[in-house]
Amino acid sequence: MRKTFGDPVAEDLRFVVKAVVGEENFIDMHPNRSNNFCCGGGGGFLQSGLPDERRTYGKLKADQILATKADYAITPCHNCHAQIHDLSDQLDHPWQTVHLWTLLCLSLGILGPNEREYLGDDLKDVDVFHPESSNM
Amino acid sequence: MADEAIKLGGKKRSVFIDKVKEILPEGGNLNLCLTCGACSSGCPATGLEGMDPRKFLRMAALGMDEEVLSTKWVWMCTMCTRCMYVCPMKINIPQLVFNARSTWPRDQRPKGILGSCDMALRNDTCSAMGATEEDFQFVVEDVLEEYQEAQPEFAEMLAPVNKKGTEFFLNQNSREPVTEPDEMVPLWKILHLVGADWTYGTKGWAAENYCMFLGDNDAWKHIVEVKKKSVEDLGCKVWLNTE
Ligand code: SF4
Ligand code: SF4
Repeated sequence: MRKTFGDPVAEDLRFVVKAVVGEENFIDMHPNRSNNFCCGGGGGFLQSGLPDERRTYGKLKADQILATKADYAITPCHNCHAQIHDLSDQLDHPWQTVHLWTLLCLSLGILGPNEREYLGDDLKDVDVFHPESSNM
Repeated sequence: MADEAIKLGGKKRSVFIDKVKEILPEGGNLNLCLTCGACSSGCPATGLEGMDPRKFLRMAALGMDEEVLSTKWVWMCTMCTRCMYVCPMKINIPQLVFNARSTWPRDQRPKGILGSCDMALRNDTCSAMGATEEDFQFVVEDVLEEYQEAQPEFAEMLAPVNKKGTEFFLNQNSREPVTEPDEMVPLWKILHLVGADWTYGTKGWAAENYCMFLGDNDAWKHIVEVKKKSVEDLGCKVWLNTE
């Protein structure tokens, strides 16, 4: 997001995230904005067949996320989602990795039971839209 | 009189870095390095394969083409551009890396990236997972119908395919239609609620482009052109890529 559109658009996205999760629940990682680090999923790394190197690269990102003590990391694209999910997996899931659309729909009360793959146990059963449609 | 300067690499030096300089605006500033190390100190790939961005650039500048063009490190730099952002001279190391990738014999580049690129070249969907036009349309329509029925508040929700003249042409990563179709739905709901005028296209719907990561310029161009043509043929105004 930041790389393609610049910091101002990333700032708009911060507004959206804060509106969705509540200002008090939003924690920026450090460093952030254009000083942030790539997660290591990009540039084809995920498909390159070099998992050890990819995870070593991602350690910086994992440490950044751990330092926030946040329960959820929101990722903007699939590369990031897959990589950050994998980094969490390697550490026995200290955080959940979610797409922004999941949180948007959760906050709007329209997130159905089958759209919750990436929510943790704390949110899996919260405000489920049409719970009866589970595994339809 | 001073002693004669030390010569590195004999007469024929630095072919690679010179070539890259020729194709980059301002030569990518590739000969302006102050050796300050700001790039390497903030690069997550520093240390992998005993390499880091400053070392890579310096080796290229010294004409050590054999090392520069054979190190596997070029596949571990994600071309994230952070080094360039912090560099006082705005040196374009990621482009140097990209161009090093593209000098590798195609069949020796990482198999996973190569396979994903070749798969995307197979048909006009550009899907790195090989999903066809029919597969994609079927999955979208099938999932939409399920949700229209199961969640009546969204009975009117649409997920148009090949609708002409819409405001937005939306790309979709292959992973969802192929492996987790329910994950497409939250985005559809948001688009529905805000009243967005959008469509998918059976051609060029896949968001990913591994040919770019492969450093295969021709294939990269082909993929972008197929997608562009699809957007233009449908007469959509804005091309949205979520990757
Ligand atoms: S930050 Fe720029 S000037 Fe400093 S060592 Fe790296 S490439 Fe050279
Ligand atoms: S573009 Fe490559 S070399 Fe530069 S900071 Fe990112 S990973 Fe490191």
